[in-house]
Amino acid sequence: MRRLLAVAAVVLLAPGAAAAAPSGSGLYAENCLSCHGPGGSGTARGPRLRGVGAIAADFYLRTGYMPLLSPGDQPTRRRSPFTARQIDALVAYVASLGKGLPVPRPHPERGSIPVGLRLFTEHCAGCHQVVGEGGYVTGARVPPLEQASATQIAEAVRIGPYLMPRFPRTQISDRQLDSLVAYVQWAKHPDDRGGWAIGHIGPVPEGLVAWLLAGTALVAVCVVIGKRNEA
Amino acid sequence: MIRSTVRFLDERSGGAPFLRKALRYVFPDHWSFLLGEVALYAFVVLVGTGIYLTLFFDPSTATTHYHGEYQPLHGLEMTHAYRSVVDISFKVKAGLLIRQTHHWAADVFVVAIVLHLLRIFFTGAFRKPRDLTYYLGLTMLALALLEGYLGYSLADDLLSGMGLAIGYSVLMSVPFVGANLAELVWGGPFPGTPAFWSRMYVAHVFLFPLLIATLLGAHLLLVAARHHTQFRGPRKTERKVVGVPTFPGQTPRSLGLMSAVTAVLFLLGGLVQINPIWLWGPYHVASGTNGAQPDWYLGWLIGALRLVPGFDVTIGHYTLVPNPFWGGALFPLVVFGFLWAFPWLERRFTGDHAFHNLLDRPRDAPWRTAIGAALFTWVALIFLAGSADRVFVTFFVSYGWQILFFRIAVWVVPVVVLLVTRRVCLELQASERVERERELAEEEARRAAAPEPVR
Repeated sequence: MRRLLAVAAVVLLAPGAAAAAPSGSGLYAENCLSCHGPGGSGTARGPRLRGVGAIAADFYLRTGYMPLLSPGDQPTRRRSPFTARQIDALVAYVASLGKGLPVPRPHPERGSIPVGLRLFTEHCAGCHQVVGEGGYVTGARVPPLEQASATQIAEAVRIGPYLMPRFPRTQISDRQLDSLVAYVQWAKHPDDRGGWAIGHIGPVPEGLVAWLLAGTALVAVCVVIGKRNEA
Repeated sequence: MIRSTVRFLDERSGGAPFLRKALRYVFPDHWSFLLGEVALYAFVVLVGTGIYLTLFFDPSTATTHYHGEYQPLHGLEMTHAYRSVVDISFKVKAGLLIRQTHHWAADVFVVAIVLHLLRIFFTGAFRKPRDLTYYLGLTMLALALLEGYLGYSLADDLLSGMGLAIGYSVLMSVPFVGANLAELVWGGPFPGTPAFWSRMYVAHVFLFPLLIATLLGAHLLLVAARHHTQFRGPRKTERKVVGVPTFPGQTPRSLGLMSAVTAVLFLLGGLVQINPIWLWGPYHVASGTNGAQPDWYLGWLIGALRLVPGFDVTIGHYTLVPNPFWGGALFPLVVFGFLWAFPWLERRFTGDHAFHNLLDRPRDAPWRTAIGAALFTWVALIFLAGSADRVFVTFFVSYGWQILFFRIAVWVVPVVVLLVTRRVCLELQASERVERERELAEEEARRAAAPEPVR
């Protein structure tokens, strides 16, 4: 519900969203400047954007993390109020503010899923859950990764959005990153042998099935056969 | 042919009188008496599927690199224990079906025991002369929880490895002797020595099943020796049981129930995924996954561990009681201790030392019903708190607020439940009294209005 409200509010509050010929600086002034300051200089409400590069702007805008309704909130994935062309313009503008990393181009087809699983377990599963179903850490909701695109996964690893730590090349090489991306992509539709996959998170839905499905069915059987036919 | 076989057996065993008696044993007519049987048949399925799994499971912590048919684990380092469970899931004929059925059977086994326990508790079936039967049942429940924990821990996947780490910390947290206990069980610091795996294995496939089976036998013998209880009703007295005989009455009923339990468990095993260890990957001491949960029947303990505020009892630099002790060890001891003590406590407070073969309805014993409802509410709330993180991720309900809510609710709600339940029981009793008086009055009125019988 809160998310819906936030989306509605952002859509209503984005007057520049329908502009025909998008200008990066214009969009920035209308939508970002109040928190990130003129020319990406930063304010008490939002961080400096000089030198964050196209990589950060691309991630935050295409996931809908930005613009944020209230500076204290955790950004969550939603539909961006901007069109793809407007985002292009904004990304180019933010990239022009200083030196920074470009948008990465991962190649998951070159990666290996088993290597990716090992890396994911080592670096990511502690927060994102081993099949990328998300979870809780102190102070934040760790997002599930079902909707993350290959580029967004690579971007998040390098920039570390919100509370996530960032992993530079010295920690996770580009080749390893390919494997990681390959694993996360695979984990969106993993091997579901064994029947109805009840969420890939293990015991909580299993307990629900044991009580609500099996428990109810067996109590019903008891009631039916435990009753004497009164002829 | 049948006749001569029967005669052959009877002449050598002399079992006919006993069998005749057994076939005439009377089972009371109420569906809730079948809940224990559901647990019994789940146990039978557990043993059956478990035997099949032992043929393929390899309880070894020696490491290997996986080169089986499941691509996403290719080349990864893992123990033979984990590798053999992956093989059971992907290579062994019907392995995954049997493995999943075994796991579902464990989950449903405990569900049935808990339902059975609720029936026994709220109808006062645990009273003399059946308190001993009740103690055996409770002990089996405790053993079943441990047995289940050992079972899923053997697989050595990421999730179960974390479960063992939590179990290790809880055992370590026992004041004074914890470190020695953990050393004794694990054979060294976590993750322990290879001997630990053999110990878990022997305990899971031999010691615990044998213990449960023995207690189960004793439990059933005691039930038969003291006969079933029954609800009050016409012709049903403390000395006379009304119901159906073993044969022909109860036998088809019981066989039907056995088929139903087996069917439900195998349907789940074939259609609903449980504990997909190939997705969790192998366990390494340094790794972990968010949202790790135990199987449902240990969820109350994880809930308690999460709810207890973070504090240790220390004397100077010596930690007397480390934090996991409260939720992981003391809490289950209190719950089981109270359930164990309850028959004695009730005798003590009501002064009722008599034999009871007739059951109470919950309303007949307001205090017992109220205390039971409060206790189970308390445990259920703590159990629910254990899944607060998944509720947060799925429904966006703030984790901090949930924990705060549960920390207050676990003390307030049971008290409210206690008072309300007692009140409801008393009101129900009162309404019955009114009803009875009205019936008597009407009867009298009818008699008065009727003409005097002519002599």
